[in-house]
Amino acid sequence: MAQYKLKINGRSYEADVDADTPLLWVLRDNLGMVGTKYGCGIAQCGACTVHMNGTAVRSCTLPVSAIGTKAITTIEGLSEKGDHPVQLAWNEVDVPQCGYCQTGQIMSASALLNKNPKPTADQIDTAMNGNICRCGTYHRIREAIVVASNKMK
Amino acid sequence: MATLQKTTRRNFMKLAAAAGGGLMLGFHWSSTSAATMEVITDAGIASGEITFNSYLSISPDGIITILSPNPELGQNIKTSFPMIVAEELDADWSKVKVVQAPLDTKKFERQVTGGSGAVPHSWERLRKAGATARHMLVETAAKRWNVNASSLTTEKSIVLHRESGRKLTYGELATEASGMAVPETVKLKDKKDFKLIGTAVRNVDNHEMITGKPLYGMDFHREGMLIAMVERPAAFGMKLKSVDSAAAKAMPGIVDVVTFKNNVAVVGKSTWQVLKARKTLKIEYEKDGNIESTSDHDKLFKDLLDSKEATVRRQDGDVETAFKNAAKIIKSEYQCPFLSHSPMEPMNFFAHVREDGVELVGPSQTPERAVGEVSKLLNIPVEKITLDLTRLGGGFGRRLQADYVLEAAEVSSIVKAPVKVIWTREDDMTGGIYRPAVRYRFEAALDATGNMIGYKLRGVGINAGNSTREDNFPSGAVDNLLIDSVEHKSPITTGAWRAPITNFLAFAEQAFLDEVAFSANMDPVKFRLNLLDRAKQTPVGAIKYDIDRMKAVIELAAEKSGWGTKKNLSQGFSVYFSHRSYVAQVAEIETRKGNPVLKKIYVAADCGIVVNLSGAYQQVRGGVVDGFGHAMFGKITFKDGVPDQKNFNSYRLVRMKEVPEVDVHFVNNGIDPTGLGEPALPPTGGAVANAIFKATGKRLKNQPFVLEEEMKGVNLGEKL
Repeated sequence: MAQYKLKINGRSYEADVDADTPLLWVLRDNLGMVGTKYGCGIAQCGACTVHMNGTAVRSCTLPVSAIGTKAITTIEGLSEKGDHPVQLAWNEVDVPQCGYCQTGQIMSASALLNKNPKPTADQIDTAMNGNICRCGTYHRIREAIVVASNKMK
Repeated sequence: MATLQKTTRRNFMKLAAAAGGGLMLGFHWSSTSAATMEVITDAGIASGEITFNSYLSISPDGIITILSPNPELGQNIKTSFPMIVAEELDADWSKVKVVQAPLDTKKFERQVTGGSGAVPHSWERLRKAGATARHMLVETAAKRWNVNASSLTTEKSIVLHRESGRKLTYGELATEASGMAVPETVKLKDKKDFKLIGTAVRNVDNHEMITGKPLYGMDFHREGMLIAMVERPAAFGMKLKSVDSAAAKAMPGIVDVVTFKNNVAVVGKSTWQVLKARKTLKIEYEKDGNIESTSDHDKLFKDLLDSKEATVRRQDGDVETAFKNAAKIIKSEYQCPFLSHSPMEPMNFFAHVREDGVELVGPSQTPERAVGEVSKLLNIPVEKITLDLTRLGGGFGRRLQADYVLEAAEVSSIVKAPVKVIWTREDDMTGGIYRPAVRYRFEAALDATGNMIGYKLRGVGINAGNSTREDNFPSGAVDNLLIDSVEHKSPITTGAWRAPITNFLAFAEQAFLDEVAFSANMDPVKFRLNLLDRAKQTPVGAIKYDIDRMKAVIELAAEKSGWGTKKNLSQGFSVYFSHRSYVAQVAEIETRKGNPVLKKIYVAADCGIVVNLSGAYQQVRGGVVDGFGHAMFGKITFKDGVPDQKNFNSYRLVRMKEVPEVDVHFVNNGIDPTGLGEPALPPTGGAVANAIFKATGKRLKNQPFVLEEEMKGVNLGEKL
C-alpha cells in the first residue's frame, strides 16, 4: 500500500492503495465516484472511460501508480450540472436504455469532440467503436454526437 | 410482513408529509375495478391499515407522483407506465415524478420484467387509476363552482370552465378532492383523444443516468459493507474437492475466505484486494457429471435428429402420406451455439443477513423469486426479508435467475456482515445460464404445382426444454404437419435469453421458408401471404396467431422497403410473431465491387398502441441490433466442460461500425398494447440471411454467421 495523490475533476484526492490498483477501483471503492462503470476489466467495452489530460482512457487497466500529476476527469466532473453539450444531446436524443454503459459512451464522445469538434460519420464510428452498448443504442449515440457537435460551435 | 410494510409505509409517510395535504389515491395493479381504489389518509397510514397496492398522489403544489413497481432494465417501463396514468389524468407531464417501488408481491401482482408483458398486463388498470383521479378533481371543481361536471374540461393539470373562463389547477383542488367519494365506474378516454400516449417522451431517469448517479446494484454502498467474489468450478460437470486459501487469507484487506456448495468466496474490504486474493486460491475439483465439449454436442445433435424417441408437439393430418406423394421435398438443417447474456452490468447483489431479518438490494428481473429462494435457503420466512430494487444495467433474461442473490445471502449469513457479491465479466461469461444450443431439421413436401402439402420440424436442444414453438406460423396453414423435439440434459446450465427459443427458431424457420419459396418459384412475400390466406380460409387445427395482424406487418414492410422494386439491391424478408406482437423485416444489401454490404433493415412492427414513441422506436432498433449482432458473432463453445470465451476479447458483441441503418414503422391499429421488449429481435437473423442468399446465392444455416464458409467475401456492416 502507498499513498497516491490524484488530481480528479480539478480537485486533489488521496488514496492509500496498492500500486497496481486500477484507477477504476480507486474511483469506485476509495473515492465513492461510481459514475465510472466496470464492464470487462480488460479495456474491451469502454464502460470505464475517463479523460486523462483530455484524452479518453480506460480506467479499468490504468494502474493508479501510472497517473502521476496528470489531470483526470470523470463523468462527475464533466460538467457541474450535467449540462455539458454531450450530456444535453444525450438527453435530447433520449439515448439511454438501461443506461449502464452511457457514462463511458459520453466520456468517449466528449473526448472525441475535444479533439475533433466536427467529426465525420466514419470518424464517429471509429472513435466510438471501443464502447459496447448491449442494448443497441448505437444509432442514437451517433445522432447525439452530431447534435452535441452542433451545440459546441 | 412487518419489515416489508414498514419500508413501504415509510415511503408513503414521507410523501404524505411532503405533500402536506393533497390527494393520494391508492389503487390495485391486480384489479381492474375502480371501486377498489381508495383515498389514502394520514390516519390510514398511521394505523397501517392500507389495502391498496400502488398510488398516485397530487400535492397542493401540483406535483404528481406515480409509483412504478416493475424492475427497470432499459425497457423504459418507468417512463411508459406513468405516461398511461398521466394520459387519463390529463396531467402536465412536466410535473410528474416517478418513484420505483420496493418489492412487495402481496401488493404488486407480476412485479417481474420478462416476456414483454408489463404494459399489456397493466394497461387497463393504469388508465382507470388516472381516470378516477381526474373524475374526482372535476367533481371537486364542479362543487366549488356550483356547475355541472359535464361542463368542465381538463388539460395539463388544470380544470377549466369554458363558459366562465374559470380555471383551477389540480394542486389547488387536490386536498378537497381527497374528501370526495371514489367513483365505482369511470369513463376512459376515446383512444383518438390521446395526447400523451403515442408521443415521444424522454426517459424519466435520463439526467441521473448521464451524470453517473449511483442507480445500479454495482453502485450500491452501505457503511461497513464487505465485497465478496466467488470462485466457481471452471468446468461444468465438476465439483469442489479441496481448497487451500492460506495465501488469500494472508493478503491485505481480506477478511475471510469461506466455502459453500461448490463455491469459494473471498471476502474483503475492496474489490481490487479481493480480486487479487482470489487469484491465489489453490482449488482442486473432481468429476461430478458429464464433461462435455462442443464437438460432443455437434455429434449428439446429428444422432438425436434421427432419434426414434421424440416428444410430439403438434400433429396435423397425415405427414407420412404427404411426403410419399410429394413432387418435391426440401430438407434443411440449422444450428446455433450457446450464448451468454452479458448484460453490461455484471451480476451483483447486496445482502445483510441479521438476527431479525434479511435485507437484499440489487438488480433482479424477478424479485419475488429471489426473496422466495433466499427464504428457502436460509429458512427465514419471506415476511422477514426485504428487497429493494436498483436499476438494472441490462438483463436479457439473465436476471430472471436468483443464483447471484442466493450467493450474496449465503456469504452474508456465513460471515455475519453486510456483503455485496460482485461477479467479474469472466465470472459472468463462464458462470453459465446460457441461451441453449439447438439444431433444427426442417422438411417440406411440395405438390406438382408448388403447394406446401407437408411440413416437418424437429428441434434438438441441450437443456432447451421444448425447442419448438409448435403453434407458430406456418402451423395452421399446412394440411399435414409434424413438430417434435428431443432434449439432451447437460451439466451446462441454460435459461431464458431475450425472446427464449424464438431468438434462433425464427431465423431457422424464416430462412427455411425462404428456401421453400425459391424451390416453388414463388416470391417469398407472396409465398407467406398465400399461406396466411390458406390458414384464414381453411384453417388446419388450432390457430394461435392473428392472421390479419401478421399479414398487415408483412404488407407494411414490403411497402416501406419497396420490396421487389429495387434493381440494384438484394432484399431478404422475414416475419415473426412472438410475445403477442408481430414484426416483419426486410434486410437490404448493396453489392459494391463484388462485395455485399448490409445497408439497411426495414421494420414493420405491430405491438398494438405505441405508448411512448421514443422508447418503442429504440426498443425495436435495439432488438434488431441485438438480433443481428448475435446472429453474426455470438458463440460460447466448450472444451472439456470449460467455456472457450471468457470476456469481450473472445466473445464478440456487435459494435457501432457494424450496425446498419434501421428504419422502423409501426402499424397503428388501436389494439391495446401487446408488448415490445422482445418481438423485434427474432426476425432479424432470417431477414439478413435471406438477403445474403439473394446477393450471393449462398444459404447461411449456422450461427454465428461469421464462421460460415458462405461468409467469405461478405462484408456485413463494416463500411467500405
